[in-house]
Amino acid sequence: MNAAAATLSPASGPLRSASTFLYRRPTFYLLLLLLPPLLWLGTVYLGTLFALLMQSIYSIDEFTAQIVRTPTLATYKQLLTQPANLDIVTRTLTMAICVTIAAAFVAFPIANYMVRYASPRTKAIFYVAVLVPMWTSYLVKVYAWRLILAKEGILSWLFQAIGAQGLLDAILQLPAIGGPSLSSSYIGMFIVFVYMWLPYMILPIAAALERVPASLIQASADLGAHPGQTFRSVILPLVMPGLAAGSVFTFCLTLGDYIIPSIVGAPGYFIGMMVYQSQGTAGNIPLAAAFSVVPIVLIAIYLSLVKRLGAFDAM
Amino acid sequence: MAYAVEFREVARTFGTVRAVDRVSLSIEPGEFFAMLGPSGSGKTTCLRLIAGFDLPDSGEVLLEGRDVSSVPPYERNVNTVFQDYALFPHMTVLENVAYGPRMRRVSLAERSARAREMLDLVKLRGFEDRRPAQLSGGQKQRVALARALINQPKVLLLDEPLGALDLKLREEMQIELRNLQRRLAITFIYVTHDQGEALSMSDRVAVFNSGRIEQMAQARELYTRPRTPFVARFVGGANVAEGEFAQKLAASTQPFAIRTESVAVLAPSDAVASSMVAADGTVLDVQFHGATCRWQVRLDAGEIFSATCNATESARVQGVPGERVRLAWARENMVMLESTPA
Repeated sequence: MNAAAATLSPASGPLRSASTFLYRRPTFYLLLLLLPPLLWLGTVYLGTLFALLMQSIYSIDEFTAQIVRTPTLATYKQLLTQPANLDIVTRTLTMAICVTIAAAFVAFPIANYMVRYASPRTKAIFYVAVLVPMWTSYLVKVYAWRLILAKEGILSWLFQAIGAQGLLDAILQLPAIGGPSLSSSYIGMFIVFVYMWLPYMILPIAAALERVPASLIQASADLGAHPGQTFRSVILPLVMPGLAAGSVFTFCLTLGDYIIPSIVGAPGYFIGMMVYQSQGTAGNIPLAAAFSVVPIVLIAIYLSLVKRLGAFDAM
Repeated sequence: MAYAVEFREVARTFGTVRAVDRVSLSIEPGEFFAMLGPSGSGKTTCLRLIAGFDLPDSGEVLLEGRDVSSVPPYERNVNTVFQDYALFPHMTVLENVAYGPRMRRVSLAERSARAREMLDLVKLRGFEDRRPAQLSGGQKQRVALARALINQPKVLLLDEPLGALDLKLREEMQIELRNLQRRLAITFIYVTHDQGEALSMSDRVAVFNSGRIEQMAQARELYTRPRTPFVARFVGGANVAEGEFAQKLAASTQPFAIRTESVAVLAPSDAVASSMVAADGTVLDVQFHGATCRWQVRLDAGEIFSATCNATESARVQGVPGERVRLAWARENMVMLESTPA
């Protein structure tokens, strides 16, 4: 009798009773866990975002360089009507779209190889190879690329060595995207962007591919689909969520970056550089805020487009 | 007329494992052919070689007399029902079934009409617009079947198609599959590790063991006349005595099998006719199966033998573990086996 009672009665102790208390009140437990991060998100993240949006509807007095704290759309008007500012938006947007498309094309075969064909060992090596560059300093990588792409750099030396100097010159003479050397052209900037964001594209695609059972691909072939048809009808729709996630990364990162455009590439301004300059040297915080709103709006449009295309249906 | 499927000395090796070891077989058009064996015995690899998901290292795979050893799956007139059904999760039931014709660029109206016919055939009318995730296991199975049959294949491959279903549904589907095969008169090749399923459904069964076919015969013959100890154990669940044990038990130089229902359980002192073989032992366990009881007895000669008795029989033995009993069987019921090659 006594022994039975001992095994049935709950062990005592403050920790034990606290966990019992939490076990019996799951909602309270959930709140306890979620409250700190929610507070952080609410105040620090959403709060600053709101402060940013507020700044963008202020304007700057052009004579005193003082911020006028009355709501106005003047700063947005300035952003959207001045050709120089519009140029910056178009330039950044075009770059972001090109980088996203190129990254998808480069990343897909790599991810597909990693998931479908590589042995477990090779697969591990590939994952490390994709991740290791992310541990390296961002600035070091960008400067390394500047050396690689420079006029006397490795790449132009390579072109010379294989006797393709003419090809490189022809590429550099392309209007708008060419330049005196790869490191001072939009092509160079594009290459660096694609390299930088590639892991962010490879990993979501690989994760999505991992979730497509091999039997689906076999079933497709079994029913008479050629590899191209299988890719279009089965693999691509099922990998879409991963592709969408990866493209959101590459798109957003390109829209917001200001270091790569200031170290590599042609002198044209990008949104990130404009934000940096407006709030720093120029002290025009409302314009900086308005420029920061542009990527937010573009990403919102992009996500709604992707959603409408059904990229998240298979999730 | 050419065989529906023929293997000539087909071999497939993965690393050091001989998954399929120089297998030859031929399957008649319209036959219900089962490939039976434990996991890793090579039966699924054989199926994959017929479908074209895998290619042989050596030997020839022929479909209707044509060598397809290096032909990709999308150019073979063979369709597969997968173990995990492999339904496309982003398509509706109708789109899944119409997938084959769609890949052959059949018009939307025609392929939808054909897909509806197929859904009628597997009794799934009214489920056209559902997604696979909204179906039960049995319904998914039917969709997979309809999808595989819509291309009117000469050969249908079924890879443990009923493995994930519960017992009652499995028995219903067994009957339905068999009827469907008779009605459509196409060749079914059915891979399973369930010997009951293989015996009850097929015209012929090939028993696989470590990459080879141990015996290929009609179900009844496989059960009554197993050729090797492996077949006797795996297909018949029979007691097998080999080597010294066979010698001690029944003075037999050859290994032999005795089916559990041919073994009687007697009290230790019971007399036995001269046409019978008797062996004493100790009861390990008695399992109640409803109509029958299965006795596990450790014989004094060494090994464990089983006996299946009518459960309602009033035996002179109680059936408690540790009880001494005498097992007896008629000499004529013993099936002589080939020695396992060393």
